[in-house]
Amino acid sequence: MTETAAVQAIEPPAGLAFRKFRDRIVESGLLAAALVAVFTTLAIVIVLVTESLPFFSHVSIKDFLTDTMWTPLFAEARYGILPLVAGTLVTTLVALAVAIPCGTIIAIYLSEFAPFKMREVIKPALELLGAVPTVVYGYFALLIITPALQKLIPGLPGFNMLSAGLVIGIMIIPYVASVSEDAMRAVPNYMREGSYAMGATRFQTATRVVVPGALSGIAAAYILGISRAVGETMVVAIAAGLQPNLTWDPTQPAATITAFIVQVSLGDLPHGSIGYQSIFAAGLVLMLITLVFNIAGFTLTRKFREAY
Amino acid sequence: MNATTADVATRQIRADVSRRKIFDQLFVIVGLLIMFAALLVLVLLFLDLVHDGAPRLNWDFLTQFPSRKAERAGILSAWVGTSLIMLTTAAVAVPVGVAAAIYLEEYAPKNWVTAIIEINVTNLAGVPSIIYGLLALGLFVYQFGLGQSILAAGLTLSLLILPIVIVATRESLRAVPRTIREAAYALGATRWEVTAHHVLPYSTGGILTGMIIGLSRAIGETAPLITIGALSFIAFLPESPFKSEFPFLSFAWLKDGFTAMPIQMFNWVSRPDPKFQVNAAAAGAILLGMTLLMNGVAIYVRYRFRKRINW
Repeated sequence: MTETAAVQAIEPPAGLAFRKFRDRIVESGLLAAALVAVFTTLAIVIVLVTESLPFFSHVSIKDFLTDTMWTPLFAEARYGILPLVAGTLVTTLVALAVAIPCGTIIAIYLSEFAPFKMREVIKPALELLGAVPTVVYGYFALLIITPALQKLIPGLPGFNMLSAGLVIGIMIIPYVASVSEDAMRAVPNYMREGSYAMGATRFQTATRVVVPGALSGIAAAYILGISRAVGETMVVAIAAGLQPNLTWDPTQPAATITAFIVQVSLGDLPHGSIGYQSIFAAGLVLMLITLVFNIAGFTLTRKFREAY
Repeated sequence: MNATTADVATRQIRADVSRRKIFDQLFVIVGLLIMFAALLVLVLLFLDLVHDGAPRLNWDFLTQFPSRKAERAGILSAWVGTSLIMLTTAAVAVPVGVAAAIYLEEYAPKNWVTAIIEINVTNLAGVPSIIYGLLALGLFVYQFGLGQSILAAGLTLSLLILPIVIVATRESLRAVPRTIREAAYALGATRWEVTAHHVLPYSTGGILTGMIIGLSRAIGETAPLITIGALSFIAFLPESPFKSEFPFLSFAWLKDGFTAMPIQMFNWVSRPDPKFQVNAAAAGAILLGMTLLMNGVAIYVRYRFRKRINW
């Protein structure tokens, strides 16, 4: 029994086997949690596709893409997605007309002009604009912006895409500003110094050196803004009206893809009816549109990260 | 006194620079104006909601059920519904999100599985919320047979805020210096011990911030709840989670139908009767107040923890 002490010295500490075993269990649990993200994406694709397949066996893809009427709940149903896509594009364009200039100017100001302390305070404050519940923005568009616009544009209907788009624009300013500002701050200082040394002012440096240098990141910010605006639901459902309407005039009421889904969900639709299937078909189109923008944004951000 | 050519040239350059500097000042003015205009919108919006909703911002409003008469309608079922949904959402999203973040930050090997997970997290952050509603309608409500219940709503919103929790947790894990990990490994700790005993305690602040920001996003989400079939007129409360006899807690409420604050507000806003719009403003003021408060707390927590830890 004299060997015991020596053996113990090289034996691993008590419980190590258990601790290693516990580690392996924990690791698989953590991996499972991380895989939830993958399963969610898969589930979204599977649900959208399988639930809209019966819809496309009822409606030909050609009609879906070319018909100019969307009335799936009427007795004489027509299934052309164009009016909804047009509504979505018009509100998005109005939103971008607000968010891109404002967001870019704010980003340039914060990145190139503002003192450090100010930036530290203003950035989180601006982000609150993106945290306001969208239903509150809907109230804002319908009951504050629209009456104000009606004074400027006589005859503007109570529901219109203009006020919804303007409010979505305000809502996405922080997304555009924050991501573009990050991109501008990633431009190395020696480029600014080179520009100053040539006698350029701050404004010239910002517009001719920093902005071009951060262009792909800024583009990614715009694309994030676009995909937010395309997917925005409550503002348009409240303020832009729920009537599908194929028009490019922002002063008109029109439903977007998202507003249509809300309108149908508000009613009591039996599982498996054509109305039920139509919201999944509309959702599939929405998903494809945002996916295209997300991939474009992702590729651009990647590219700009490798620039310096 | 003849100015030399060099003097003239210098003066010209100076004049030229100061002329161009006018644009600097102009831009500062424009930038400040736009920035404060944007912030002013937020302040005005909140003040307007409080002002318009003032007649209804009282105790009765919180303790009454919705009603066909605007003056007697309240948000009791809405705020109870919202609280229970938030409880469910937090109970699912926080453990799953934190675990996923720990995996990606502390464990994940550099391989294609990790790459796919990362791409999916990024992509999910950009998926419109109504798509989550459709997913939940097809999957939770019908496939899993959860029905239009608080459980289905909570699960939907937890998937929605999962990317937010994951990203925030990863950031705070990344902020813990390598040296802390290496010191613990050197003493023979296993990977999980390093994570649980050393890394996680240091990143509590960041995780809390991410959790609050995520929940503040979930509390205002309307579209996915409408899609899975939130009711807008509920004159009863879900079963109480507290019981007088053993085991004192009950989870029967998970199966109950629900309404929520944003749903209630949407319902009121879309009625033509201006009296209901007063109710909508009051509900909006409370909802916006809660969101701003949560964001404020998140900023404060982040600030406090950043200050307390000195590496």
